[in-house]
Amino acid sequence: MTERPDETPEQREARRRRAVLGERWTAASFGVTIVASLGLGIVFWRGGQPQLEGLFLALALGGIGVALVVWATQFMPKQEIEEERKDLASTDEEVAEFQAEFERGEHILARRGLLVKMGGAAMAALLGALVFPIRSLGPRPGKGFKDTPFAKGVRLVTRDNKPIRADDLVTDGILTVFPEDHTRAADAPTVLIRPSGEIRPRPGREGWTPDGLVAYSKLCTHVGCPVGLYQSEEHLLLCPCHQSTFDVLDGARPVFGPAARPLPQLPLGIDDDGYLVAEGDFSGPTGAGFWDRDRD
Amino acid sequence: MVTRRVARWADQRLGAANFARTALGKVFPDHWSFLIGEVALYAFVVLVLTGTYLTFFFDPSQQEVVYNGSYDPLRGVEMTEAYRSAVELSFDVRAGLVMRQIHHWAALLFLAAIVVHLMRVFFTGAFRRPREINWIVGVVLLILGIFNGFAGYSLLDDQLSGTGLRIAYSITLSIPIAGTWLASLLFGGEFPGPDIISRLYVIHILLLPAVIVGLIGAHLAILVRQKHAQFPGPGRREDNVVGERVWPTFAFKSIGLMFITAAVLCLLGGLAQINPVWLYGPFRPDEVSSASQPDWYMGWLDGALRLFPNWEIRAFGYQVPNPFFPAVLMAGVTFGLLFAWPFLEARWTGDHDNHHLLDRPRDRPVRTALGVATLAFYTVLTLAAATDVTATTFGVSVNGVVRSFRALALLAPPVAGFVAYRLCKELQARDIARGIPVPNPQPRPRRAGSRRRPPPRPEPAPSTPEPVEPSAAP
Repeated sequence: MTERPDETPEQREARRRRAVLGERWTAASFGVTIVASLGLGIVFWRGGQPQLEGLFLALALGGIGVALVVWATQFMPKQEIEEERKDLASTDEEVAEFQAEFERGEHILARRGLLVKMGGAAMAALLGALVFPIRSLGPRPGKGFKDTPFAKGVRLVTRDNKPIRADDLVTDGILTVFPEDHTRAADAPTVLIRPSGEIRPRPGREGWTPDGLVAYSKLCTHVGCPVGLYQSEEHLLLCPCHQSTFDVLDGARPVFGPAARPLPQLPLGIDDDGYLVAEGDFSGPTGAGFWDRDRD
Repeated sequence: MVTRRVARWADQRLGAANFARTALGKVFPDHWSFLIGEVALYAFVVLVLTGTYLTFFFDPSQQEVVYNGSYDPLRGVEMTEAYRSAVELSFDVRAGLVMRQIHHWAALLFLAAIVVHLMRVFFTGAFRRPREINWIVGVVLLILGIFNGFAGYSLLDDQLSGTGLRIAYSITLSIPIAGTWLASLLFGGEFPGPDIISRLYVIHILLLPAVIVGLIGAHLAILVRQKHAQFPGPGRREDNVVGERVWPTFAFKSIGLMFITAAVLCLLGGLAQINPVWLYGPFRPDEVSSASQPDWYMGWLDGALRLFPNWEIRAFGYQVPNPFFPAVLMAGVTFGLLFAWPFLEARWTGDHDNHHLLDRPRDRPVRTALGVATLAFYTVLTLAAATDVTATTFGVSVNGVVRSFRALALLAPPVAGFVAYRLCKELQARDIARGIPVPNPQPRPRRAGSRRRPPPRPEPAPSTPEPVEPSAAP
């Protein structure tokens, strides 16, 4: 026990007791680590179990942690040490010395101004050339951003690639459909709906909804989440991500939420065998918007 | 005996005794709020250790496979190898699940500790000269942490994180002129592309961690070089630092905190389920589930996307789509202001002095009010990421919830800022009434154009540190 000059015998005794208690706690904590480590070994040997693994790991690590903290706070000598803060900036002499050394080299260069400029241009040109491998990371964004595999005559299929007949859907029914043989195309998921209300077709789309069926892109025009929720009474498609809401009877016009554009519509037809087909690609690029989305 | 000989052996080759003595003798001030940054550091250590373990089992391949492991509900389901290896890691690798859950909890804690640490630094004015560089390093670490966390949980290619990836793709698309190029280069084509998981893997385990490690090193080195700031108190001045030496007290406490942080993370990782990807199913671009939220540190971005009205700019056949404004522009302004803050405050207060003594929040009512208002804004945005959950929990219309949050986002910040300002003034008044002086009175703003030079250095004090009389810590 270190001497402390302004300490009464009672304070010294209290400090001694605290130190002894601290030692016991520290030893006990290390003991917890030892036992928990053994436990962890046994759990592993017996095949592992996440809750027990976590518990024993926590006890093993915590034992060491508590031991160290108790040791540091209870029976290490408490001192308040003062350290000087020297001025961080260099002295004027140090800066002058550095400048003198640096300028020796610079002075030589300064007489070769042209070489310095050419050196700079060379570095810039090289760095510019090194950017080109980045071009290999991906294709030029082309027509693919605006097309889907849907085209005139392409059948609509379910997720299992099975074609669909018009009367497969009851009133208020909704089905997720894809272009035939492209059930994994990420830009083509489509919702096929037979709404119970009367569809008000957009100008030019009067023939797009045979037999009271309507099809829109399932990808929200906000940030591309699938618009998975259909409120059949209000004829509203709701996107679960950010709550954009589209009116199915009115060309999937956005009526609430952050989406600013209607869902692109797929023109529907019925082929000679009675299956549903597309009569062309969507009315616009599917998914989220981009800079030149509206240009050809 | 053995350690002494080993140390001597090393010293004969490296000559480190003096450096070690200086390093171990350095003084660190003692305040609980200075531990928050340490917690972030130790969470990062746990991330690296658990993450390394996970890399031995995770396979970042988008090759389609059929699951045949021990989790019955997924038997026979088609999925990518990445998702399959994540499920296998969770169920068929001993300690796999606990390591993955500790890793995920550690990421959540890492970012939470960074944000709380940022708040401590902001509200105590520790970003002021000479610590502007470290402030910038810190904000960069926050940004990299957010990106790395997002990259990490998107690796598993589950339904929930895949939806988040689609959103990230669409946000990239929304950037004017370059958006489609950036998205195509990053994803290797249209979403999802065949490469995104393996690219995110390299980003997540190599590129970003390398930069983060380097920046953490710089952050600590600068902190040691400049010496930690301290609260005002008896014996504490601008030209000294009072506290504990690294060896043994501070080192024991810090290493102890590291073990305790790791222990808490292990407890969470073992007992608190997090990111149960087997319940979400593999990612399919045509499916989504309701109540889809990102991890907490992305919440402000998701909330912004939900609340921002459906405005777009369309002209001459070109468009700036809606997501650009909340997700790119607002985010850019957020971090731009964060970066600029030390310089903005210095300009507005006219205070260009070195500061090693910290403020209490009440000492700077305007700064505190602005900080509280900003926090209120981002808290509302974060809560707004759960508009659908709020609506279903309380049985109210989600449209009503969205409109309420929009109003809250505009009203809460000024109200919170005003309340904070009044609180500071009140606390100051009570201090004065009790005779406690207001430390570091705010320097009056100078005329534009005149800069205050740092005050001339007093005579250098003797260089050996002297123990101060034991006195009450602030």
